[in-house]
Amino acid sequence: MKWTSVRVVALAASLAVTAGAAQAADAVKVGLLSTLSGPGSGLGIDIRDGFQLAVKHAGGKLGGLPAEVVVVDDQQNPDVARQSAERLVKRDKVDFMTGIVFSNLLLAVAPPVFQSNTFYISANAGPSQLAGTQCNPYYFNVAYQNDNQHEAMGKTVTDKGFKRVALLAPNYPAGKDALAGFKRYFKGEVVSETYTPLNQLDYGSEVSKMRAAKPDAVYIFLPGGLGINFIKQFVGAGLSKEMTLFGPGFSADEDVIRAVGEPMLGMFNTSQWAHDLDNAANKRFVADFQKEYGRLPTLYAAQGYDAARLMDAAVRDTKGKLDDKKAVRKALEAARFESVRGAFKFNTNHHPVQDYYLRVITKDSQGRVTNRTLGTVFKAHADAYASTCKMPS
Amino acid sequence: MPDPYVSPLDHRLRKVPALVLLAALVALPWALQAAGQDFYLGLATRILIFGLAATSLNLVLGFGGLVSFGHAAFVGAGAYTVAILMQDGVASAWIAWPVAVGASALLAAAIGAISLRTRGVYFIMITLAFAQMLFYVMTSLKAYGGEDGLSLMSKSVVAEAVDLGDERTFYLLVLAVCAAAFLGVQRLLNARFGHTLQALRENETRMAAIGFPVFRHRLVAFVLAGALGGLAGVLLVNQGGFVSPSLLDWHQSGLLLMMVILGGVGHLYGGLAGAAIFLLLEELLSGYTTHWKFVLGLVLLAVVLVAPNGVMSFGRRK
Amino acid sequence: MTGILVLEQSLNGLQFGLMLFLLAAGLTLVFGIMDMINLAHGSLYMIGAYLIAAASLASGSFWLGLAAGVAGTALFGVALETTVLRRLYERDHLSQVLGTFAILLMCNEGVRWVWGSQPMTLNPPPALSGPVELLPGFSYPAFRLLVIATGLVVAAGLWALVTRTRLGMQVRAGASDREMALAMGVNVRRLFTAVFGLGAALCAVAGGMLGPLLAVQVGMGENILILAFVVIVIGGIGSVRGAFIGALLIGVIDTAARALLPPLLERLAGPAAASDVAPALASILVYVLMAAVLFWKPQGLFPSHA
Repeated sequence: MKWTSVRVVALAASLAVTAGAAQAADAVKVGLLSTLSGPGSGLGIDIRDGFQLAVKHAGGKLGGLPAEVVVVDDQQNPDVARQSAERLVKRDKVDFMTGIVFSNLLLAVAPPVFQSNTFYISANAGPSQLAGTQCNPYYFNVAYQNDNQHEAMGKTVTDKGFKRVALLAPNYPAGKDALAGFKRYFKGEVVSETYTPLNQLDYGSEVSKMRAAKPDAVYIFLPGGLGINFIKQFVGAGLSKEMTLFGPGFSADEDVIRAVGEPMLGMFNTSQWAHDLDNAANKRFVADFQKEYGRLPTLYAAQGYDAARLMDAAVRDTKGKLDDKKAVRKALEAARFESVRGAFKFNTNHHPVQDYYLRVITKDSQGRVTNRTLGTVFKAHADAYASTCKMPS
Repeated sequence: MPDPYVSPLDHRLRKVPALVLLAALVALPWALQAAGQDFYLGLATRILIFGLAATSLNLVLGFGGLVSFGHAAFVGAGAYTVAILMQDGVASAWIAWPVAVGASALLAAAIGAISLRTRGVYFIMITLAFAQMLFYVMTSLKAYGGEDGLSLMSKSVVAEAVDLGDERTFYLLVLAVCAAAFLGVQRLLNARFGHTLQALRENETRMAAIGFPVFRHRLVAFVLAGALGGLAGVLLVNQGGFVSPSLLDWHQSGLLLMMVILGGVGHLYGGLAGAAIFLLLEELLSGYTTHWKFVLGLVLLAVVLVAPNGVMSFGRRK
Repeated sequence: MTGILVLEQSLNGLQFGLMLFLLAAGLTLVFGIMDMINLAHGSLYMIGAYLIAAASLASGSFWLGLAAGVAGTALFGVALETTVLRRLYERDHLSQVLGTFAILLMCNEGVRWVWGSQPMTLNPPPALSGPVELLPGFSYPAFRLLVIATGLVVAAGLWALVTRTRLGMQVRAGASDREMALAMGVNVRRLFTAVFGLGAALCAVAGGMLGPLLAVQVGMGENILILAFVVIVIGGIGSVRGAFIGALLIGVIDTAARALLPPLLERLAGPAAASDVAPALASILVYVLMAAVLFWKPQGLFPSHA
């Protein structure tokens, strides 16, 4: 099991030394469990970096209390994730948990976290199960619900007049959610719908099948390293000349662009955030992220940042009384914080109601290959599962 | 009166140190609570469970001389059986646990019947192959969680008064089960069956020439080891509340082999010692560095090169 | 099922099989001649990929990186052999399994220490990252063609080495009957070191070829290592020819299974079966094949021992 303990404030560290000491409201402990190794590591690292930047912006505090952020690598393994989560809530007794990238890991980790009455603020994974029938008072998703970006793309691809689309996603809850969301809004013909194993990196077989099926467009959801491999192989096989590639923001953000580069120019994608969104919080976030880490932030970093800001608001509004779970919950639901997306609101199932933007990959004024926001696909869009959520009060 | 004959194939229980150890283990939960380190009771439980798993491997490996690289399959089979039964509504330990042990035994019988016809590296490869096959089967069965594993909705139910959700109660139960299993293994090794098994390890050709049914003996040992491994799996899934195919992975089999060699191949306490060393090292080192596996590898390499009979061989008077 | 689809999948299978051969060749020689099970063979593949990636990044050229990485890995292999591995030759299989497993763990962590947990990017040379038109209407990735070409060239080179050179003669003698080879005056130590170094170099080439297609990450060698073991068991331990046939067989069958089983299962049992069961079934098929070969020919297809 890998542990990287990041003490943001040394004072908080000395406070935590005596095991079993009463968890007085003089520090906020956050467990950040994320994927920091393997092909998905870029995403986890961005969530972590965004989160830590927000804590830094607040002076090493959350809601006025010194913050201690314990960073742990889940190695993209459900066993490791579960054991690490149990340690964080049982041994380290964290006040908040966050960070998980992959939906299958979140679903494995959720039961022990909820059972220990610890709040989980998801900075990425948004499985439909937790938005609908299995919604939980201790679960908040500050990022999105899995289907949303794909719903926006389904509409975009329809509006652009493509009639025959091949679909590809990994075989895990978010992959299933993705293609379900796309199909909900896509009005053309689905030529093929393929789910590949989550650890598959060689898409030679899928590429040759697409060549044989001859769709006009290909829609993929392949996060992180998976997307990088597929796009390189897709372009390498010459298919980019025969069919148009579409993807959600996940498959077309800075991490993939950095790895693939110019072949991605012209690719449309949708996202609930873009680095050129015009509001004060975002401008500060993007500028400082570049200064601190030397790269443009991805939407994962923006989500990590917002997760910290949400926690900051909740701690502030409850005046640090984190043992009063009802009060913390109310504060989280109110979400009185400045998101880098502008105004922020939760739905009844603790998922955001927000706009989704259409972006395209172009060269910016500095000649960098990056995303440019073109317009809005959905305004104040809620997820499709809120009605099935019976949130206990 | 001359001393009663003690066969070189016997393994002495060493009653007094064993009783002291047992007493200490029984007292552990209260000692930890007094020191305010309740969390580590979970670690102690894991050490006992892995000690059982490693001892079951030692049965075929150390005493039988067979390098099985697929032992994790039996541990996993036991764990999965309990989880699947729980999912289907069977929560009673009195039903689920024997069924799980039986399932592992059956699996071992099937795998052993084929594998034991091979020798040397082929035996290693075939046991590895079977474990991998089971791994792939479990990842493909989405009904049983697939790659992401299966959660136990609650712990197995033993009796109304006995709540396995309570860490201390669970620990004592695990201790009782492991102690009983351990005693059973010791009795077995000192009985005729155990002597035959060890003799087979020493010189198979001679035993076959004398007329011992080599294959049958080894198969029985393999099945017993599989059953005990399944028992360890049953306890493991109750401890974590979760089982996933990674429990069946060849890495896990390698880890079990590692525990046995660290503790002492062919020594009665070898499995327990190895599990204790490995898990304590993991707990200790992971607090200091994320690269603790490097140190673990170094220790293992040193043991292989310098003390190939494991830690327990230092204590042996030969 | 169009002709182009079959052709493309066959080329993919050939490509995978040839890379598997590079790994299996080194493994079978080490096993055949030194009678040593080496679980750290996959680590040499991983280290090869990392060294090539690092060298390519530093020099800006894929080819320079490839050359440097292969040389570096060969040196590492030789160092490993002379310091640690040669002590394991005389030991039983269990000790070898555990000793090399320990080295596997150390290599994984060592790589993580030096290069971090995030995968490294290894890009193909820019000239080869596009498609090549093999037939009208059918473009195949240029880089995969390079992989196939490299695999064939190396295979030919190995064949020439083993059948036409003195070293190769000693290798064949050692694989067939070690004691006799010793008695005939073969310098065993140097032979072993040379064989191990060669195996390491082959691993590095495979790492450099597969790195751009897959990912250069910690633990990348482990899955392919198991397949390599299956290959040498099928092909016959100690036989390079067996490794070649076995690797191509496994490569083609594995690729074909992954391509054909999903649509087949979809037709028989629905889409869920296609995405859940098909990949597992394809993996299992390889092991079933191994069990079948062992059943009929317990020493493999081309046993080298007398």
